[in-house]
Amino acid sequence: MIKEALNTVSDLWSLMVGLRVTKDYFRAPQVTVRYPWKAVSNIATYKGHLELVGGKTGKPKCISCGMCALACPSNCLTVVKRKPPKPTPEEEQALAEAKAKGEKPKDKTPKDPEKFIYDFTLCSLCGTCMENCPVGALDFTGSAYLAGYSREDFHFDLVQLLKNQAGLEGMDASAAPETGQSEA
Amino acid sequence: MNAIPAELLNILIGLVAVAASVGLIGLVMVWVERKVAGHIQRRPGPYEVGPSGALQPLCDALKLVGKQLFMPLGADPILFWLAPVLAFLPVLLLFLPLPVGDGLQALDVNLGVLLILAFSGLAVLSVLLAGWASNNKYGLLGAARGVAQAVAYEIPLLLSVLAVSFVAGSLDLAQVVKGQGTWPWNWNIMTQPLAFLIYIVSALGETNRAPFDLPEAESELTAGFHTEYSGMGFGLFFLAEYANMVVVCSVATALFLGGWHGPVLPGPVWFVLKVSALMLLMVFVRWTYPRVRFDQLLVINWKWLLPLAVANLLLTAFFVKLAQFA
Repeated sequence: MIKEALNTVSDLWSLMVGLRVTKDYFRAPQVTVRYPWKAVSNIATYKGHLELVGGKTGKPKCISCGMCALACPSNCLTVVKRKPPKPTPEEEQALAEAKAKGEKPKDKTPKDPEKFIYDFTLCSLCGTCMENCPVGALDFTGSAYLAGYSREDFHFDLVQLLKNQAGLEGMDASAAPETGQSEA
Repeated sequence: MNAIPAELLNILIGLVAVAASVGLIGLVMVWVERKVAGHIQRRPGPYEVGPSGALQPLCDALKLVGKQLFMPLGADPILFWLAPVLAFLPVLLLFLPLPVGDGLQALDVNLGVLLILAFSGLAVLSVLLAGWASNNKYGLLGAARGVAQAVAYEIPLLLSVLAVSFVAGSLDLAQVVKGQGTWPWNWNIMTQPLAFLIYIVSALGETNRAPFDLPEAESELTAGFHTEYSGMGFGLFFLAEYANMVVVCSVATALFLGGWHGPVLPGPVWFVLKVSALMLLMVFVRWTYPRVRFDQLLVINWKWLLPLAVANLLLTAFFVKLAQFA
């Protein structure tokens, strides 16, 4: 009986402790970010949409092999290969000579893709394309503030995006993809 | 020409003032509630509209007013629309006998406490009607809970109030306040601490505030008795809840905390300050404690509050009688 009464008192005291806890939290600094007005600082681990990685020349490292498109579970990638360049008359002659000798003609087609169509509306950001890429030409961007007005705003041509980004080098890097897209 | 009786004029002015202040109190309280909730959860709360989001409740109110009034299929139209009106109208009456300052009282009746207690009982009826007329099982469950809870918590509330009026020898709120002094040790809370505690807990139960908000427990009953109400139907319930909070806090101030008494500052300022402090306490309580289970709710009442209130009342009566002989 006495024990029960003491328990009740300690239970009541715990209510006071609870009030003190909320008081402390009330006075503690806020942990949320006022999002549209302030940017989130720690987004290093953020996985944004895909981007092509540029090589030394600024052209994409991509070799248009199409492994990414094959591996993609959501079919959101389409790699458009470049057509072989129209041979000059001299080259055409050399080609005919080589064919006469029975040699295989050397493919002069540049390997980087003409277009790299990426439908972000379908992408689940699984990263399978990156894993399957033999040359490491794909990466996630850190762009957390992507927004658009229509579905078509999220159909990217990553080659174009990379070009725009290269053009905007030195400017705000994180903002580059969005501005590049609106221009494209 | 017959002059209008002063008493009637008094009540009229009082009613207009009350109707105006209830709306204002509702707006301010919504803002305070959301701000406090935000800060306790370490986020800013509303901050976009107006300075620190102070105009947010106004926008919300405009939205509520603008929304379509919708009634579910199979609901009882008369009872359904009667319920929110019935929830809100008695509240205006409850404000009338509150002594805001010395002589500053809309309706000076010698049974002020009784008037408030009697008409606050109508709130239960509105909860019941709302839940019953909605033709919704959540609404009905919420209403059943609401009735069981309100009936239970009214008793200790009444008994704790009665203990104070035994000491003061009056049911008139102004008289009770006049019996108290300027300083905190002259207030009734010093002679009736247990009654104050019981009153506050019962008041939380009576106004359906968390942790006793079982009639509208959103995690179990979506919104309980007002599940089916949209727009101003819901708005009236909402407003009535905050107005009821103000009433119970004002009664607590008058009965236990010395009403308008206080040093330096004028009476009404002290009254408002004390009421605000109690309101803030209620808001803090809401965001501190989890909702109790229904059986716990009734155990708290029938096994703790009621016996304690009865014991307190008997002891008070005994000492009051003793003081008469001495």
